[in-house]
Amino acid sequence: MSASEFFHMGGYAVYVWSSYGLSFVVLGWILISPIFTKKSIIKELKTKYRQQARQAQEEKTTE
Amino acid sequence: MKLPAIVHKFSSPKNFYVMSGKMIPWFMWSFLLSLVVGLYYGLFVAPPDYQQGESYRIMYVHVPAAWMSMFIYMIMAVSAAVGLIWRIKTADLMASVSAPIGAAFTFLALVTGSLWGKPMWGTYWVWDARLTSELILLFLYLGFIALQAAIEEPRNAARAGAILLIVGVVNIPIIHYSVEWWSTLHQGATVAKFDKPSMHISMLIPLMVMATSFKLYYAASVLMRARAEILRREQNTRWVKEIVENER
Repeated sequence: MSASEFFHMGGYAVYVWSSYGLSFVVLGWILISPIFTKKSIIKELKTKYRQQARQAQEEKTTE
Repeated sequence: MKLPAIVHKFSSPKNFYVMSGKMIPWFMWSFLLSLVVGLYYGLFVAPPDYQQGESYRIMYVHVPAAWMSMFIYMIMAVSAAVGLIWRIKTADLMASVSAPIGAAFTFLALVTGSLWGKPMWGTYWVWDARLTSELILLFLYLGFIALQAAIEEPRNAARAGAILLIVGVVNIPIIHYSVEWWSTLHQGATVAKFDKPSMHISMLIPLMVMATSFKLYYAASVLMRARAEILRREQNTRWVKEIVENER
């Protein structure tokens, strides 16, 4: 089987490859998106904890 | 019925976070390996179908995606029920972070089915029982996601979501038996039935490898989502604070 024959998929190339391509894109995004979510949560929490620490510090000095 | 204390200890968010972190690489690599094997056998080794030619190769994503759409729904319903009865936080969590993955598989099952239907049936869509009940499954997922997003407090969100999931289970046997109960363009079951599969082994093996691969994909991807969500939900605990501060 030649490469062009393979990509041609017996005339069904449009249907076969769009099925595979769409699945690849959707499942790929679902798989990697939590990496970004986790990063942004960590960034958010770092800021939050820093603010909390600063507030605790200020309360101590005003006492 | 009370669960032994060890179950609660084992399923604590902290323990879950640590254990899942160790498991993810294993699931990820075995997913990738089985994906390569499945695609190779499905696209190169398996022979063309005697009626459908090469178009039937859509099956290797369509059928596993459709199985996953129902499998993940059942996992969510069982997890949500466990969370409702025994108040296990990580069970609620599993139900809620599975939803986008289940919705994605349902969407793919519908769209790849449509792309297979056009050349074989001559239409992208018919309002028959199989296609309609699968579409309802997509709406159940989307309804659950919207409900979770609308309720601020996680425990209340989990409870409301659990009711929706448990009631919606009725749709699962309807999807499965729809091809027997009502007349349809969709073909009947060739694998998931009591009789032996009516598919040649050269086509069946790649299908089974792809189905396994999708399950491993789900395992890796749901645990990644769960870990991110645990950090958010448990942000006021000392252990999460330590983890966050040790990240660069």
